Amino acid sequence: MDLVDTDWKKTAMATPEDLQFQEFEEAAQLLSANPEAVTRSARDLSSVKRERERESVRVNVNLSEEEGEEEEAELLSGQKKQPNFWSFDYYQSFFNIDTLQVLDRIKGSLLPLPGKNFVKHHLRNNPDLYGPFWICATLVFTVAISGNLSTFLLKMGDPQYHYRPQFHKGVSVFCPAWLSVFCYAWLVPLALWGFLQWRSSSNPSVTSYSFLETVCVYGYSLFIYIPTSILWIIPVDWLRWLLILLAMALSGSVLVLTFWPVIRDDTKPASIATVTAILLLHALLAIGCKMYFFQTATQMMMPVASLAPPTGNPNITLNQS
Amino acid sequence: MAEVDEASKPLFAGLSDVSISEDIPVEGEITVPVGSPSHDDEYSTLDEPVKETILRDLKAVGKKFGHVMYPKKSTTLLRDWDLWGPLLLCVTLALMLQGGSADSKEDGGPQFAEVFVIIWFGSVIITLNSKLLGGTISFFQSLCVLGYCILPLTVAMIVCRLVLLGGTGTASFIVRFIVVVVSFGWSTFASTAFLADSQPPNRKALVVYPVFLFYFVISWMILTFSPSHSDGATDTGP
Repeated sequence: MDLVDTDWKKTAMATPEDLQFQEFEEAAQLLSANPEAVTRSARDLSSVKRERERESVRVNVNLSEEEGEEEEAELLSGQKKQPNFWSFDYYQSFFNIDTLQVLDRIKGSLLPLPGKNFVKHHLRNNPDLYGPFWICATLVFTVAISGNLSTFLLKMGDPQYHYRPQFHKGVSVFCPAWLSVFCYAWLVPLALWGFLQWRSSSNPSVTSYSFLETVCVYGYSLFIYIPTSILWIIPVDWLRWLLILLAMALSGSVLVLTFWPVIRDDTKPASIATVTAILLLHALLAIGCKMYFFQTATQMMMPVASLAPPTGNPNITLNQS
Repeated sequence: MAEVDEASKPLFAGLSDVSISEDIPVEGEITVPVGSPSHDDEYSTLDEPVKETILRDLKAVGKKFGHVMYPKKSTTLLRDWDLWGPLLLCVTLALMLQGGSADSKEDGGPQFAEVFVIIWFGSVIITLNSKLLGGTISFFQSLCVLGYCILPLTVAMIVCRLVLLGGTGTASFIVRFIVVVVSFGWSTFASTAFLADSQPPNRKALVVYPVFLFYFVISWMILTFSPSHSDGATDTGP
């Protein structure tokens, strides 16, 4: 009885020490010394003390070993254990990003350098959804507001013109501009990713990025259109064309530089078709936004002429500007 | 154990003979010190007059308005969150923003439901964004803060409508522009003062930017509000 009492006391005293940090080498030695002792149940009184001490040490050691292994695995693969799709943590893993990283990725999308693949260099296995979502939202608002302002500036000289906020054209969430931008930023990457997956299954040399990385590249590549649309308020036609060509060139090259290494090992027609499709859709988005939101002076003259106001003055003033 | 029994035996001798019959009522009074006096208040709010109930909520809302107008780093807004204030502000703003020039469906201003949806949907998205980025603020606290910080913009809307009564020329536009810009800055500053502490330090800008965008869009709606014209002298396209 006394032995058991002192045994418990000693193990009770021993565990606080054992809970302190153990060196991994010691733990490995202990574990290798008694690999099968975990499953044995202690029956012998004389060895109970030693068994209990070793077991408590081993239990703690096992815990620390497991933790160490888990940490090492995390560091090596860079991937965490994927939480459940329906849990909040699943989505939180897509927002694991700092301010500086976002700014760095934006810079990377503005200045495409031939050697630097956006996915490899900037994303580095940490695609985020913050950038794509907020860049798309900002883009829609910016284009809508700039379009409204440019219309206002063009029609400012017209005495019969009353300012219209044109809310439903862009700022409202229920307008087609939102649909088209978000469809472009999410459905086109989906289609591209699906296409690449299909090609990579038939042709092993074609690798593919993950869906999130594709969405990320497309989202960040849209950033250049934000300053472009702000500059579009300036009602000079050749400047607008220059700006849009510049923007299309920069963001298009980011996309091409990202996807070319992946697709170049494919058959010639397929790779060229893919690249062409990427660039075409990109251009389509830019030109579509321009046509819908920004009207040139010639376009606005036509409705005025068709209404045929009794005085010809509004036409003349627009012509002169 | 045996020793204890023997020691207590003379004290409690004869107790085993006592039996309590069941029909002796056992009653008494136990006074327990009440820890929180508000506990009593909650029970008795059913009996108070309606005016008192409404005034209490209005006073809480008014106190929070004061906190928004003079934003200090206090936790009152966060601790006692409520959504009455945001609802009041949202409805007021939506009522004042609607009825803008609505000649064609596309070119008009926002309708009541659209303003409502933008404010609440926008607040929900910003709250989700801040929670996903690792913020420690709760969902409704964030909605409360964002909603209350619309107060400067609502005041700006009232001022704008008053200015518009005077005319729609360039002078009124400049006055409205200044008022809206000042209130936009005030709203953004007030909300970041309340929200900034709950974010991890290297992501503060990521959380503040959507708030900036949100208030910017609301400010834009206020600034571009133009009252409807009853005359037909308009020349917008079909």
